Amino acid sequence: MFGIMGATLLLSLREIRRHLLRSFLTTLGIIIGVAAVITMVTLGKGVTASIQDQISSLGSNVFIVFPVRAERGTPRPFKQDDVDQVAQQIAGVVVAAGAANSSATAFHNGQNWTTSVNGVNDSFLQAQSISLTQGRMFTPAEETAGQNVCILGPKVLAAIFVPGVSPLGEEMRLNSVPCRVIGVLEERGEGGGGQDQDNVVMMPLKTVQRRFTGNDKLQYFVVKYDASYDSKVIQNSLVDLLRQRRFLQDGQDNDFNIVDTAQVNQALGAATGALTAMVAAIAAISLLVGGIGIMNIMLVSVTERTREIGIRLAIGALAREVQLQFLTEAVVLCCLGGMVGIALAFGLSYGLSAAVDVPFAFDPTINVMSFLFSAAMGIIFGYYPARRASRLDPIDALRHE
Amino acid sequence: MTDAPLIELEGITKTFGTGPAAFQALKGVDMTIDRGDFVAVMGPSGSGKSTTMNILGCLDIPTTGIFRFRGMEVQALTRDQRSLLRRRYLGFVFQGFNLLSRTSALENVELPLLYRGESKARRREAGLRALDMVGLVPWADHSPAELSGGQQQRVAIARALVTEPDVLLADEPTGNLDTERSIEIMQLLSELNAGGITILMVTHEQEMASFARTIVHFRDGVVERVETGHRAGTPVGGRG
Ligand SMILES: Nc1ncnc2c1ncn2[C@@H]1O[C@H](COP(=O)(O)OP(=O)(O)O)[C@@H](O)[C@H]1O
Ligand SMILES: [Mg+2]
Repeated sequence: MFGIMGATLLLSLREIRRHLLRSFLTTLGIIIGVAAVITMVTLGKGVTASIQDQISSLGSNVFIVFPVRAERGTPRPFKQDDVDQVAQQIAGVVVAAGAANSSATAFHNGQNWTTSVNGVNDSFLQAQSISLTQGRMFTPAEETAGQNVCILGPKVLAAIFVPGVSPLGEEMRLNSVPCRVIGVLEERGEGGGGQDQDNVVMMPLKTVQRRFTGNDKLQYFVVKYDASYDSKVIQNSLVDLLRQRRFLQDGQDNDFNIVDTAQVNQALGAATGALTAMVAAIAAISLLVGGIGIMNIMLVSVTERTREIGIRLAIGALAREVQLQFLTEAVVLCCLGGMVGIALAFGLSYGLSAAVDVPFAFDPTINVMSFLFSAAMGIIFGYYPARRASRLDPIDALRHE
Repeated sequence: MTDAPLIELEGITKTFGTGPAAFQALKGVDMTIDRGDFVAVMGPSGSGKSTTMNILGCLDIPTTGIFRFRGMEVQALTRDQRSLLRRRYLGFVFQGFNLLSRTSALENVELPLLYRGESKARRREAGLRALDMVGLVPWADHSPAELSGGQQQRVAIARALVTEPDVLLADEPTGNLDTERSIEIMQLLSELNAGGITILMVTHEQEMASFARTIVHFRDGVVERVETGHRAGTPVGGRG
């Protein structure tokens, strides 16, 4: 049986090579369909991964609250009191913690490096699920006293500290403020706003307010809530409380914004769903078009080779052997198209991932599935022409032309 | 079994089409062909020679009547069963050669062995042996387009022989050839017949028919007359 299968396969390849241009044009539908589907899925996964990465860096079940400009004037900042009241008054809030940020030049070891200084307390690190690779977090005493201790982002560490030597206990300077290194942050990549979260130095909130920003304002604060609570209910209470504390009248717009990471995640899921539906639509259309092309060219091929079919039948080929021959040809054609499409998709998605700066999320499943789908198309759209070939009457077929 | 004639036709009719358009091409053909015979079928155009050959070659079935091949009633067989019968016992040579155009002479000859599931090595060996019988081994790798008509027909004969069939059927095998090539083909068929293969051949040329041992004359869908007793390989009458 291998003899005839092998010969059939060889014959198919030979027929395809004989009409190389025609075969290529015929499979273009499949090539484009497969390439489009794999590229979109790969890019979609890359984008999703990149966004999810950014969102997860915000922590889960977290609101981020920041002031925005209302009708006129500058945004009114929040104070520590606002944060404390949120933590006390709203049920379900686990942690509320503010941040005050500034930028500074870090000096150590005769080198300098521009970075941002984040004034935060332990509760903030907790709320955003930030962990350390070395050292420890701030102590309550350091926080209340506003001591000059700092936790380094990995980029700052790499930039100005001696490689291989523990930075813990080292003294450094931020502008003119001296501080002692007590810990190193884990790598977090880019944040939701596109800022580099690894090029930071964290100090106790009070220290930053006193030594850098020079006031008791907060740039924003985070609210971590218990996952068993409805985030909508908590958000509503948060809005009510903040409006009341900021003396907003009915009809006045909120002069603050609340970002819900869960909502962003949901929106992302919905966007991914839409993308998947679009991919499926493209796949369906291009495969239908491609399939009709295959069927068309196979019917042409059967007509062109009617005499050949007659000869094969006359010398004793069974109907199913003739059918297998043409089915094999259709499947081989589609598989080759699928392979070209996969190769094209690899190049495209690799290039585009690099171009839009998302990870190249190569997905073996979609590649294998697309290949199998191509083969299935060969079977589906090759079936009718192959059956037609196998049903030819040998006498008529021999007389053909 | 061995006593039974190789081929028996009893009251074979063949009607093409139905209703008022129906046309009866064979109107009751009775014929017996023995093993080892060399039969030439002659008759005017449209007298039913090809129709009969198609039935004898198991490519078609009669409308009524009985066709026994080696004692088997062929008209009762399915399409695929008839294919298997052709594959096993029959070889075909056509007027138009009917070689696969873009494959080599050797590959054409090997083709029937493919459907017998023979290995590549066996196909090649048997294919070359068959090409040797028709004197075309040096042309094994040439495509049909590179061969003359006579050579193409010899390739076609090699293809028919390669399975060592019981019967070789040839419908006007010299119809597309000049006299000299035709005689060469007839001499080849005579040699094969001498080697034991039963040959059934349609021709309208007396000169070619004279190579046969039995000549069956058709007219209007019936057998008009049968001449027996020619000495195979000896053409009656001279050339020209
Ligand atoms: N498939 C067919 N359909 C209709 N008529 C046919 C068919 N095949 C043959 N015939 C008719 O049957 C008669 C015998 O044909 P054929 O056996 O080919 O004659 P010949 O003796 O010339 O080989 C002719 O009149 C031909 O037109
Ligand atoms: Mg005829």
